[in-house]
Amino acid sequence: MEHAAQLVDPFIFQLSIFVLAVFVGYFVVWSVTPALHTPLMSVTNAISSVIVVGALLAVGVGMISSGSGWARGFGFVALVFACVNIFGGFLVTQRMLAMYKKKSK
Amino acid sequence: MSANLSAFLYLVAGVLFILSLRGLSSPATSRQGNLFGMIGMAIAVATTLASHPPADGVAWILVILAVAIGGGVGAVIARRVPMTSMPELVAAFHSLVGMAAVLVAAGAFYAPEAFGIGTPGNIHPQSLVEMSLGVAIGALTFTGSVIAFLKLSARMSGAPIILPFRHIINIALALALVFFIVGLVLSGSAFDFWMIVILALALGVLMIIPIGGADMPVVISMLNSYSGWAAAGIGFTLGNSALIITGALVGSSGAILSYIMCHAMNRSFISVILGGFGGETAVAGGGSGEQKPAKLGSADDAAFIMKNASKVIIVPGYGMAVAQAQHALREMADMLKKEGVEVKYAIHPVAGRMPGHMNVLLAEANVPYDEVFELEDINSEFAQADIAFVIGANDVTNPAAEEDKSSPIYGMPVLQVWKAGTVMFIKRSLASGYAGIDNPLFYRDNTMMLLGDAKKVTENIVKAM
Repeated sequence: MEHAAQLVDPFIFQLSIFVLAVFVGYFVVWSVTPALHTPLMSVTNAISSVIVVGALLAVGVGMISSGSGWARGFGFVALVFACVNIFGGFLVTQRMLAMYKKKSK
Repeated sequence: MSANLSAFLYLVAGVLFILSLRGLSSPATSRQGNLFGMIGMAIAVATTLASHPPADGVAWILVILAVAIGGGVGAVIARRVPMTSMPELVAAFHSLVGMAAVLVAAGAFYAPEAFGIGTPGNIHPQSLVEMSLGVAIGALTFTGSVIAFLKLSARMSGAPIILPFRHIINIALALALVFFIVGLVLSGSAFDFWMIVILALALGVLMIIPIGGADMPVVISMLNSYSGWAAAGIGFTLGNSALIITGALVGSSGAILSYIMCHAMNRSFISVILGGFGGETAVAGGGSGEQKPAKLGSADDAAFIMKNASKVIIVPGYGMAVAQAQHALREMADMLKKEGVEVKYAIHPVAGRMPGHMNVLLAEANVPYDEVFELEDINSEFAQADIAFVIGANDVTNPAAEEDKSSPIYGMPVLQVWKAGTVMFIKRSLASGYAGIDNPLFYRDNTMMLLGDAKKVTENIVKAM
């Protein structure tokens, strides 16, 4: 209690985001209609490919150390995989959702 | 771009991802939801490229090349895949997320300065913990999903593969994994890093091979969840809120779907994980003894009875999809509607091979979604229906689940088709279903068996109308 302005580790903030997002996910997913559970899986697949962010960082590293080349190589493959998922996931979801039609009266 | 601005944009992307799942609460808003997801992804990518632009021309070329290859392959797959193959497609996609998580972590391990987590050989211990969790779950998701993909696409037998001492082997692997994670955090050595990868890859294979084909809807949901937790682990390493939020969303989504699937099969999650179900059970139902004759009907009889009914409930199962009978079925329903018959569809949660699979297959055959009902919503209506038309389904209509305490599926929620005036079963033969259990419904007085290929029989009924 000596310092009122003691710094909180950024990890705690990240953890808070994580825990709250788990709860948001819990409520949002329960409200998804069972008829759309397959699109739910394909779209969660697509959005979990936001890991592309890490792949972009790895591909883009400057060539400063011996590890940089490795990082670029791993990043490149990761980027290809993530892109397959992003494009494939969103497009196949779109294709499925386009098929759900209401009764024509 | 300032760090604060990019952190804010990642938050926006995360919120858009939440909205994209929110959109799926009804088919009417779902397409807009998917669009939100795409916008979120575009924001996340653009923010990364703006805040950490690739260091030189070569890096830019690599980025463009990777996006072109990956995007092209993904787009072609998305356009070509038949809807019956969605389960294997989703399994394949999960494996890619898992592998991407491993590779991103490897990239961060070899070039930590680019990720702001230290210098080579001197990475912050906390980042190493987060990284090793992401790597371990990612590697496990990768091999687990590959096995699930092989089983779902029938490139590998769906029968469970039971190794001797498998629980002991798995526990030993898990302990070794913990040992090397601690080692990595203490030493930061590359050897420990790759040992984690190898052990987790092996664990992924061993975890999925004992699980039988019947439990695949649970496995695929579970791997969905794992891919989310892997992404969240990497999100902590990168300190990226979009990745953390997404990982948490996907992780809980997969967990909920696993729960729903387990509940629909009346199986505990633990018993699914321990495996061994679905495959060797075919021998079990032998003791039922009395062989009452089943009443066989023809397509003409079925057409006549249905035309004169006032309410028909159709119960499709995976057998319908295998026979590709959904279009013929829709035609039949259209004819009935023209005759003034009320037609509804009843779907059991495990009717397909993944959550919601049957709904997609019916939607593809142009069945309006407001004629399709879930188990809880329609079960009370069978009593008022003149006909329950069961096509390609079996276990999910078995009254033994409610009446016979000795049945292995006792307690499983089932569609109460036997309450309808007449039950029509389209089946290849009187054989038992996926779970290897005899269905007493076949021999009841108000049941009419229409033996044959689901598509052919349905087409014959349409012709007879």
